[in-house]
Amino acid sequence: MLSAILVVGLLATIFGIVLGFSAVKFKVQGDPLVEKIDKLLPQTQCGQCGYPGCKPYAAAIANEAAEINQCPPGGEQTIQDLAALLNREIIPLNPENGAEKEKSVVIIDEETCIGCTLCIQACPIDAIVGAAKQMHTIIESECTGCDLCIPPCPVDCIIITPIKKDLTTWQWAKPTELGINNSDKQAQVATDDQ
Amino acid sequence: MKEFALILISTVLVNNFVLVKFLGLCPFMGVSKKLETATGMALATTFVLTLSSIASYLVNTYLLAPFELEYLRTITFILVIAAVVQVTEMIVHKTSPLLYQVLGIYLPLITTNCAVLGVALLNVQTEYNFLQSATYGFGAAVGFSMVLILFSAIRERLAASDVPMPFQGPAIALITAGLMSMAFMGFSGLVKG
Repeated sequence: MLSAILVVGLLATIFGIVLGFSAVKFKVQGDPLVEKIDKLLPQTQCGQCGYPGCKPYAAAIANEAAEINQCPPGGEQTIQDLAALLNREIIPLNPENGAEKEKSVVIIDEETCIGCTLCIQACPIDAIVGAAKQMHTIIESECTGCDLCIPPCPVDCIIITPIKKDLTTWQWAKPTELGINNSDKQAQVATDDQ
Repeated sequence: MKEFALILISTVLVNNFVLVKFLGLCPFMGVSKKLETATGMALATTFVLTLSSIASYLVNTYLLAPFELEYLRTITFILVIAAVVQVTEMIVHKTSPLLYQVLGIYLPLITTNCAVLGVALLNVQTEYNFLQSATYGFGAAVGFSMVLILFSAIRERLAASDVPMPFQGPAIALITAGLMSMAFMGFSGLVKG
């Protein structure tokens, strides 16, 4: 009886040690820095930075293979956030990657659409639904405004429309570090100018 | 050398674990819908089966037999198999993330594959020595892999063929398995044991 307990206990201990050792030895590390950077990026997956998506760009920044100013959809705000996270200097957006523009979504002119499915293949986040020779449509709540679907469209039926401020899209301006929100600050600047 | 060749042929063809001994039927039916997953499962099982066959032989000879604890065999073997599967999973995850993704859930599921436990127990029953146990485990794994891959290839073809209404789905798969099993019976008598 005692020997049985000892032997099974010994086996369990050996396997415990082996498993514990291999858990340390074969630990798979997701790079935590890449995750953090990825969270700051706008997740449009537009590829304007020259990388296939936000995650690869985040990995490139973490490896110091890319600058922090290559993300037009994120714009000034993202550059500031990234600079704060990585202790780098704030640099202006690289014009080679494109210019910062108003947040927008695209809409398909359903009369003109010929159902070629080319835009569906181009969409990085699968926000376009439709089938061959059927009219396509865009799920606006999913659209990130990356505009990647526009070049492949043979009949130019995709229209960029800025997101209108209404009850569902309006939000408070983001507070600055001092706790004054941006619109106040702008108002302040405006009064100073006068 | 001849002895090992005999063990190999015997486990792969004559006493095939799936089709003749009817062990490990759950992955045989469950993972055989696609050739790709079947191949991944076959690879993982081969690795685990060979390793656990060796490990359980060692445990049995150097721990259980000297203390006359043979009655604890089943439970210790299950412990051994679970540990081997866990280590395998960690190693695969670290060394080849791609293979790890392909195998997915099937890797931990090998723990409950009765062929793995069957090999370990049969090793003891037939009183194989170390190298024989290793060969036996490897042969069983090759036999399992071969049958699983063949069966999944047949099922992929079956999916596209015109099967009569009452036989569609699992029914025709079971019939196919039965026919394959009968075909493998033809090997009996090729090798003794």
